Amino acid sequence: MSKSDLTRRRVLKAGAAGLATPTIFTGAVWAGSHTGFMNAPQGDTVTLGFNVPQTGPYADEGADELRAYELAVEHLNGGGDGGMIPTFSSKTLEGNGILGKKVEYVTGDTQTKSDAARASAKSMIEKDGAIMITGGSSSGVAVAVQALCQEAGIIFMAGLTHSNDTTGKDRKANGFRHFFNSYMSGAALAPVLAANYGKDRKAYHLTADYNWGYTTEEAVVQATEAMGWETVNAVKTPLTQTDFSSYIAPVLQTDADVLVLNHYGGNMINSLTSAVQFGLREKTANGKDFEIVVPLYSRLMARGAGANVKGIFGSTNWHWSLPDAGSQAFTKSFGTKYGFPPSQAAHTVYCQTLLYADAVNRAGSFNPCAVAEALEDFEFDGLGNGKTLYRGADHQCFKDVLVVRGKENPTSEFDLLEIVEVTPVSQVTYAPDHPQMGGAEATLGSCNPGA
Amino acid sequence: MDAIILQFLNGLDKGSAYALIALGLTLIFGTLGVVNFAHGALFMIGAFCAVTLQRLLSLSHQIVDETQKDFLGNPLKVDVPYVHDWFGPAAGQTIIEWSVPLAILFAIPVMALVGVIMERGLIKHFYKRPHADQILVTFGLAIVLQEIIKAFYGANPIPTPAPPAFTGSFDFGAFIGLDPNTIIYPYWRLIYFAFAMSVIAAVFAFLQFTTFGMVVRAGMADRETVGMLGINIDKRFTVMFAIAACVAGLAGVMYTPINSPNYHMGMDFLVLSFVVVVVGGMGSLPGAVLAGFLLGVLESFASLGVVIDLIPGINQIIIYLVAIVILLTRPRGLMGRKGVMEE
Repeated sequence: MSKSDLTRRRVLKAGAAGLATPTIFTGAVWAGSHTGFMNAPQGDTVTLGFNVPQTGPYADEGADELRAYELAVEHLNGGGDGGMIPTFSSKTLEGNGILGKKVEYVTGDTQTKSDAARASAKSMIEKDGAIMITGGSSSGVAVAVQALCQEAGIIFMAGLTHSNDTTGKDRKANGFRHFFNSYMSGAALAPVLAANYGKDRKAYHLTADYNWGYTTEEAVVQATEAMGWETVNAVKTPLTQTDFSSYIAPVLQTDADVLVLNHYGGNMINSLTSAVQFGLREKTANGKDFEIVVPLYSRLMARGAGANVKGIFGSTNWHWSLPDAGSQAFTKSFGTKYGFPPSQAAHTVYCQTLLYADAVNRAGSFNPCAVAEALEDFEFDGLGNGKTLYRGADHQCFKDVLVVRGKENPTSEFDLLEIVEVTPVSQVTYAPDHPQMGGAEATLGSCNPGA
Repeated sequence: MDAIILQFLNGLDKGSAYALIALGLTLIFGTLGVVNFAHGALFMIGAFCAVTLQRLLSLSHQIVDETQKDFLGNPLKVDVPYVHDWFGPAAGQTIIEWSVPLAILFAIPVMALVGVIMERGLIKHFYKRPHADQILVTFGLAIVLQEIIKAFYGANPIPTPAPPAFTGSFDFGAFIGLDPNTIIYPYWRLIYFAFAMSVIAAVFAFLQFTTFGMVVRAGMADRETVGMLGINIDKRFTVMFAIAACVAGLAGVMYTPINSPNYHMGMDFLVLSFVVVVVGGMGSLPGAVLAGFLLGVLESFASLGVVIDLIPGINQIIIYLVAIVILLTRPRGLMGRKGVMEE
């Protein structure tokens, strides 16, 4: 898609207004400036675009994200109990919208398909005048929509996307991710696995055959091998696979004593179910109990796998049972409104909405480049996960990561995972030019204000 | 050797599902001449019969447990199924745990009703229309049905486990005289294979040894002549549609412990099942069963590590490659009849 196709009318409109605006901005210059960029808000409202899967395999995650977005908008406009606004370390949010403009929103359906997600984002930008796009429950979608927003000159606040590539080789100046990534999962999980299962282990990986699967496999392989584990085999499985028996059976013929399932969603549920059915959890190999590991856990997915998740280690970005004030405030707010606790997808998109609104307030402008400048190297607390840094070099949030395990005796359908360890941020931090993140070639490029 | 036997068992298991769905497809095509792309949706609805019965049996009232807290810090509300009250906790729990086998009884009338409504309400209007129209309307129907299921049950898979007695694994290696623990195979998958064979045998027996079946077979061979003999063949074909719906539905019910059901599972099987029907020969019931097991076994063998190492990705295309080869050498499929879809 060419930039002129996407933005022609608005570029002309915004560009004409922008002629009077300096081309080199500073924080002071941003303040009060509502022209010279894409979809500059007019009047007393501002429109955000929530692009989530409302149909397709991740529709349940999308529905939970949408609930959290609606809650965030309610809180930004001064409704409800304020959720995490009172616990957020930055104090610019006062319940009067963003920069005094009432927050409105439009929604799009990504269908968990890159082309559909780009089309719905494009529509929200062009037709609805969305100033910011956020959402997604898939790394493929996130990378595609992030690239579109970069072209359009719109800020993209990523939702649930775990692939290294989103803020690695495919990072963009207009894109920001609060959610953790594959590298962090590997770095957090490996020491816990070594402590519980020993350092002399042979792992067999089954990996979803797409972007996220590759980066997760790479991250877990490198982190566990650094602990002394050996990788026996790594087999790619098609994303459309439903019956994993043909992939589980060969595991039994190797000398592996750990199976790592680099799967998410329905893939994870089905592969884990097959592995349990084939008796892997009762099996012994090399004189040890056979173990299964799921690097990325989601409570919604754990519910689908039922009792099969019991005792299985994995990592997660956030969990409603965290005791900090921010997490408890959000859980109470969300739970009171909807009757059940929020998922990690709901948490991350709620945080992203608040972080965006706060950045606009601090910058004093909706200009994407001003917002990006405000978000870069911003340190905050009170949104769960402890002290967090939005690193400027790659637009990735660095915060504590949770290692969780399937609970043996859940008290409800929401109480499926127990937190085993809160891995400190220092343990999951890496250099911006880390090889897993695209190396030295990976670059954000320049911020695009769209005009 | 162990790996080969294991993949052979996997192939029989996959073939069971393919064969059951393809059998229903062929029954409908053979009797009504309709290419039914909604057949996968019938498989999915069958699976959700098991989910529905599990939920019905788990219907609960809440009691407040002051000793435990919920996620908001309030006293925990504990769900107590009514069947626990009626039959005692142990017997009540056993009933819930056996919901999948019990769902067979539940699914038969439901699927028969769904089949009759589908045939009388929609498909009969397309008997004389081109196959392309039939494909379009039944594919559309499949999408509508899966969206209805998603609206009621959500998009994520729903765990529907087998009874605890059948959740373990069977030492098949020791059973056939090999070393213990060399070939471990899940009980439920063996049960699924046995169940599929029983259903297939029952359908063939019904068609072969009953007067009704004889009339249907005659109708499949020459519908007009049977009609001129004063037999209401349409009524019988409606019953056959209901039977085909039941076969697909029962296949779905029994499949739920193997893979947690979701709204899309019918589509996952539909395309492969059509390939099975074409390879077996359009309109040939034995051909559908034979091709189902043949392609299931081939697909499993193609997943062997040595085979994938030799030809990466072969497990994804083997079925289509074999289909091409068979159709090039035997254009009517393995057991296809002359004149079917050749006008």
